[in-house]
Amino acid sequence: MIALVAPLLLFLLASFVLPVLLMLSRAVTDRELQAVWPASAAALRQWDGAGPPPDALAHSVAREMVAARRAGTLNRVANRLNYDMVGSRSLLYATAERLENGAPGNTVAALARIDPRWGQRDIWAAMRHADGPLTSHYLLAALDLRFDADDRVTRVPPEQAVFGNIYLRTFKISAVVALFCVFLGYPIAYMLASLPERKANPLLILVLLPFWTSALVRTAAWAVLLQTNGVVNNALLNIGLIDTPIQLIYNRLGVYIAMTHVLLPFLILPLYGVMKGISPTAMRAASSLGASPLRAFVKVYLPQTLPGVAAGAIIVFTLALGYYVTPALVGGGADQMISASIAFYTNQSLNWGMAAALSLLLLVPLLLMLFAGRTMARTVPA
Amino acid sequence: MRVALRALGALALLAVSACDSGSDLRPLTVVGWGGSSQDAHRQAYWTGFTKSTGIALREDSWRGGVGVIRTKVVGGDASWDIVQVETEDLILGCEEGLFQRLDWASLGGRKAFLPSAAHDCGVGAMRWSYVIGYDGDRIKGPGPQSWADFWDTKRFPGKRGMRKTPKYSLEFALMADGVPADQVYPTLRTPAGVDRAFRKLDEIKPHVVWWSSISQVPDLLGSREIVMSVTSPGRLIVANRTEGRNFKLDWHGNIYAVDYWVILSNSPRRAEAAQLLRYMTRPENQVRLARFIPTGLTNVEANRIVAPALKKNTPSDPANMTDALELDANFWVEYGDQLTQRFNAWVAR
Repeated sequence: MIALVAPLLLFLLASFVLPVLLMLSRAVTDRELQAVWPASAAALRQWDGAGPPPDALAHSVAREMVAARRAGTLNRVANRLNYDMVGSRSLLYATAERLENGAPGNTVAALARIDPRWGQRDIWAAMRHADGPLTSHYLLAALDLRFDADDRVTRVPPEQAVFGNIYLRTFKISAVVALFCVFLGYPIAYMLASLPERKANPLLILVLLPFWTSALVRTAAWAVLLQTNGVVNNALLNIGLIDTPIQLIYNRLGVYIAMTHVLLPFLILPLYGVMKGISPTAMRAASSLGASPLRAFVKVYLPQTLPGVAAGAIIVFTLALGYYVTPALVGGGADQMISASIAFYTNQSLNWGMAAALSLLLLVPLLLMLFAGRTMARTVPA
Repeated sequence: MRVALRALGALALLAVSACDSGSDLRPLTVVGWGGSSQDAHRQAYWTGFTKSTGIALREDSWRGGVGVIRTKVVGGDASWDIVQVETEDLILGCEEGLFQRLDWASLGGRKAFLPSAAHDCGVGAMRWSYVIGYDGDRIKGPGPQSWADFWDTKRFPGKRGMRKTPKYSLEFALMADGVPADQVYPTLRTPAGVDRAFRKLDEIKPHVVWWSSISQVPDLLGSREIVMSVTSPGRLIVANRTEGRNFKLDWHGNIYAVDYWVILSNSPRRAEAAQLLRYMTRPENQVRLARFIPTGLTNVEANRIVAPALKKNTPSDPANMTDALELDANFWVEYGDQLTQRFNAWVAR
């Protein structure tokens, strides 16, 4: 048996599990400073961080700063320190240039004459936080927390705290979309399952057709429909329901509409599969025993479909958590979900540690929820 | 088993060689800012360049940000050769070695260009402004004539388009709050000034549609999603020409800057890239660009020979620049990260 699945397992391991783990490991590793400034990293680890930084450390930092600028690797340290202390980037480059032009930098006091910030604790604390090989900086930052110069965990200033809000929003939007999908998808799945196949099949194609269209295309189509002078607003104006166009796009409503539509097939299909497997005789038995149609539905049919509802809702919820294109195109600034932040740190600011930490914080609750969902699906009477 | 192994080996070799030569197989790639600006560059330069040299070109577009280039160069993705960048990205990327240093002698020397257009790593592509653009069909009579008017949602109801960056948004907010142009950057260098700019932005936030690519502006205005926008002038003028729009501009308090061409340091086609750079900066070619999109030229000789009528709607017309502000790229080099972080958090709230 194992030999049969081994090729697939190996393939998954090499092409999926390992790369994901390697990427996620960036959330807790911190090797930039260590790689570019090996001597300074060692000196930083020896310094307890309580008193003023030793001059030997300053000397090593100054030497390696100049060497790294010449080698073109200073940006790796500069960008890393900038995550912790904004302004470090320009501080490092300006200082390296002055040092190269002959300014002395063998003591902390000498560096402080180049720029007074070297005489303060923040930059040295930032370096100590980055001395590797492990770090909690990224995970803390993803929770809107940071280490201050005294190594205490503190909240980031309120005007910069952002991720807590975005996480809550991501889970809320996903839950609402899953709920909408259940309410809209259940009747459709029921209709498909109860119609004779000759009629059900063409309708099923209608469900599948958007499923085969790219989500980007469908979202762009919603943008055309929902815009201020779009099809929906014009129709509502023409039939006299509204006097002025209503805002249907670039807000939360647009996100709900477009995401529900894009994800609806993922609920209908599993639910349809489950409903097809329910024997119609059970309902007939219920009514022959005197149950009203409503009672028969609630007591006999509905419980049997719950595993399908749970499976569909979990799929929709899970997919929604990672949605990025749809909120970006039909949402406003306050409707962006966490994957937009992950994409920002991956593509725009090359801060892969932050991207990994945000992904990890999205993955953990998701895994917990999937586990809970599985347990729930098992306990539902079949 | 042995056959299978050999086949696997061959496959692996094939895969490796395919990855290896990927960058050599692709054509020379030039990256602009999309929309009508990119169209104008194609018409003015790129088609003619391919015709006269036989070098095929591939185009891409982007929305700025040195991080994108860092990802390409540091991440080992050599898919771009020549990119049009903004000033602070030029400074940062040059410092970090992301761009090649230019051979200025082959470009005709620094003196052949406006002083602001000559940099170690980049040569000016065009000189342009961010101004107020509005739809003349919807705002009849006197339009907005200052950033305070842009903020005045009572007199000019409707949504506004703004670029989703702290750069420009903070400057315009301060001007709307009554800070004179020459005091904008000194004010922004103080924490109280930054708070003041964000407070002013709070006022207009519910009325803003944030755009991330300048090429969205004509579409957002055209679909009546917004009534006015921060915009570069050329794109609206081109929309007036090609789509029969009635977009209007107001130049009061505009911020002007130069965009630069750079060659990425990991470009596998440096010689050809340098050739395209020379082609695009020669005066007789640069003059052509002004015909396809109103824009300020960077070559001194090109500025001398360009028809005066083509300077209208560009920063080269002194009448447009009476109270203009030059973008302070050094400010954004220093404060960009900090303010972007705060701005993104502010937008997402």
